[in-house]
Amino acid sequence: MAEPNHPPFWRDLRFRKVAFQVLVLGLLLVLGGILFSNAKTALENQNVASGFGFLKQEAAFEISDAPISYSAESSFGRALVVGLINTLVVALLGNILAVFWGTFLGIAQLSSNWLLAKLAKTYVTVFRNLPLVLLLFFWYVLVTEIFPSVREAIELLPHTYLSQRGLAVPVPKGHPSHPYILAVFFLGLAFSWLSYRWLKRRQEKTGKSFSLLTLFGGCMVLPPLLTWCLAGAPLELDVPALEGFGFEGGFIFTPEFGALLLGLVLYTGAFIAEIVRSGIQSVNKGQWEAATSLGMGSGKTLRLVILPQALRVIIPPLTGQILNLTKNSSLAVAIGYSDFVNVANTTMNQTGQAIECIALIMAVYLFFSLLTSLFMNWYNHATRLVTR
Amino acid sequence: MKSNVIRLTSAVVIPIFLIIIFPSHAGETFKRIKKRGHVRCGVSAGLPGFSVPDSKGKWKGIDVDVCRAFAAALFGDARKIKVSGLSAQQRFTALQSGEIDVLTRNTTYTLSRDTSVGLNFAPVNYYDGQGFMVKKSSGVKSAKKLKGASVCIHQGTTTERNVADFFRRHSMKFKPIVMESDEEVFKAFVAGRCDTYTTDVSGLAARRTTLKKPNDFIILPEIISKEPLAPAVRHGDDEWFDLVKWSVFAMISAEELGITSRNVDKMKKSPDPNIRRLLGVIKGNGKALGVSESWAYNIIKLVGNYGESFERNVGEKSPLRLKRGLNALWTKGGLMYAPPVK
Repeated sequence: MAEPNHPPFWRDLRFRKVAFQVLVLGLLLVLGGILFSNAKTALENQNVASGFGFLKQEAAFEISDAPISYSAESSFGRALVVGLINTLVVALLGNILAVFWGTFLGIAQLSSNWLLAKLAKTYVTVFRNLPLVLLLFFWYVLVTEIFPSVREAIELLPHTYLSQRGLAVPVPKGHPSHPYILAVFFLGLAFSWLSYRWLKRRQEKTGKSFSLLTLFGGCMVLPPLLTWCLAGAPLELDVPALEGFGFEGGFIFTPEFGALLLGLVLYTGAFIAEIVRSGIQSVNKGQWEAATSLGMGSGKTLRLVILPQALRVIIPPLTGQILNLTKNSSLAVAIGYSDFVNVANTTMNQTGQAIECIALIMAVYLFFSLLTSLFMNWYNHATRLVTR
Repeated sequence: MKSNVIRLTSAVVIPIFLIIIFPSHAGETFKRIKKRGHVRCGVSAGLPGFSVPDSKGKWKGIDVDVCRAFAAALFGDARKIKVSGLSAQQRFTALQSGEIDVLTRNTTYTLSRDTSVGLNFAPVNYYDGQGFMVKKSSGVKSAKKLKGASVCIHQGTTTERNVADFFRRHSMKFKPIVMESDEEVFKAFVAGRCDTYTTDVSGLAARRTTLKKPNDFIILPEIISKEPLAPAVRHGDDEWFDLVKWSVFAMISAEELGITSRNVDKMKKSPDPNIRRLLGVIKGNGKALGVSESWAYNIIKLVGNYGESFERNVGEKSPLRLKRGLNALWTKGGLMYAPPVK
């Protein structure tokens, strides 16, 4: 016989918890299914093509900044990869520069130098309150309207020209030794990292210090330099030269890329500056006083005592800014840099397959964002306060 | 970011959701327009001569005239239209999702659009071709001399592919500068970022009228593509498609028969059976199309014949100063030809 006090199963809290979650999940799945099948019927009714088969078709449009070989004969898939790499380049470079610039500004805001602190504060206030797209247009117009035409380009350094078509710089001419030099450099990088960790551990155990300069210089600069000398020190440069309508040869930083990078860095830098400032100020004043009483200078205090503690406060919101910069790079479409969204937009138009292209854009940015979050979470974990 | 999100959302995402949530029912457009009482047309968001709002916010242009003709045929009132200015990117999604009934947005008739994009094209209302504009000071006289040039291009059009095709055909390289806004990319060209700006010749002429010193710019003689611009409706909308088609044909026929908005009332008394059929004096056509017998009369009276619309918006007396060229009647060496209205 059942116990008289035992409630029926639908009033059991444990059962309810699970049941509601299953119910909500089920409803969501059904809703998604309905939407999907609706879209499918609608497209089929109108005989609109669907699916990702178009990725293999010939793209038949050109892209000007292509880091990998690309021509109008390439496929839509390859065009999208070109856009993807361009987005990656601008996001990676932008994030590195923005973090440095923001950290500098953040520290400058707290400087005892009145002018520096005020300037930094004004900068942060102004740039945080401007719409980014306005900044992009501003830089772009500045470059195209104010810089001289190609024919009157300014020669900044020998063979380096600045004009409204961008900055043309010389690059070393392709040489068979280049891949080897690069390989040696990366080997050096890996080796110096391993040695760094080993030396660090030794320092913690024995107190023996080591020179960073010798370590990194010895591992990353010298071996590639030696390889280069062994290859006969090829010095030939590919210099940009005025030919026909513009500069040919060398490497050209286009105004589109420049304006986008500058806009993103200057804008995001202002936000990062505030994060860094608040992070530093969150560290108890006593930490400064303690360090000073031990005889540490202000630079050393900041580097060894304050920043490591401030990082715990800084990293989570910084992750948000890094994600923002990556996503904001999609504004490239406004000033004509061939990023992923730009190429995807063109693809969408040439094929008419909007749903697929939007899905691709969402997938790509989601992937980048999750990847960044994963990395930052790992870093956050690594810098957390170790309590003894 | 915010503005980009809003633009992207309004441009593509909302129509996509419309497709997802309310799959439009093929074949019902005609009934729905009649019930609603006005025609919804998608036009270019601002191309002088084709579709541009005037100082009072009233849309004008050759593409808007076609839209007015549909309303005149259906309701006997050319004002019963709702015009949406669309970017090149928005246009197909807007039509697919049922946000508009017909696209009258200088859209090039191509095979892929007719098939995989799911459009049905009505007769061409403007025969165009793509050309190049350069600064006079550049000294360039022919498009074949554009080797290595930077080319300013508006995103989302057939233009992007035509340029690539042209340079491929002549084994030349070029650097495309592609932007989402036609306005911005044209500004970049004027500022000197690009050596040349390319779009349909009518578009070049229209853009040139907006310049401070139009004479400093020239349009190169080469026409690098065929751009038959035509109104388009969704697949599966046969009745509506018929009305769209025959409204355009009626405008062309009227010019051929010498009927204008001024003499249309007098022409009703003409003994010519072709005129009498077109104007609904001899009945039958209206019933077949599912509209009133005076449908064509209304179009001509309220909008005018094709020639009138052309001259008013883009012709030699308009700021665009375009010649009839391919757009003249077939009897005058052009391509405008309407099948018999009977």
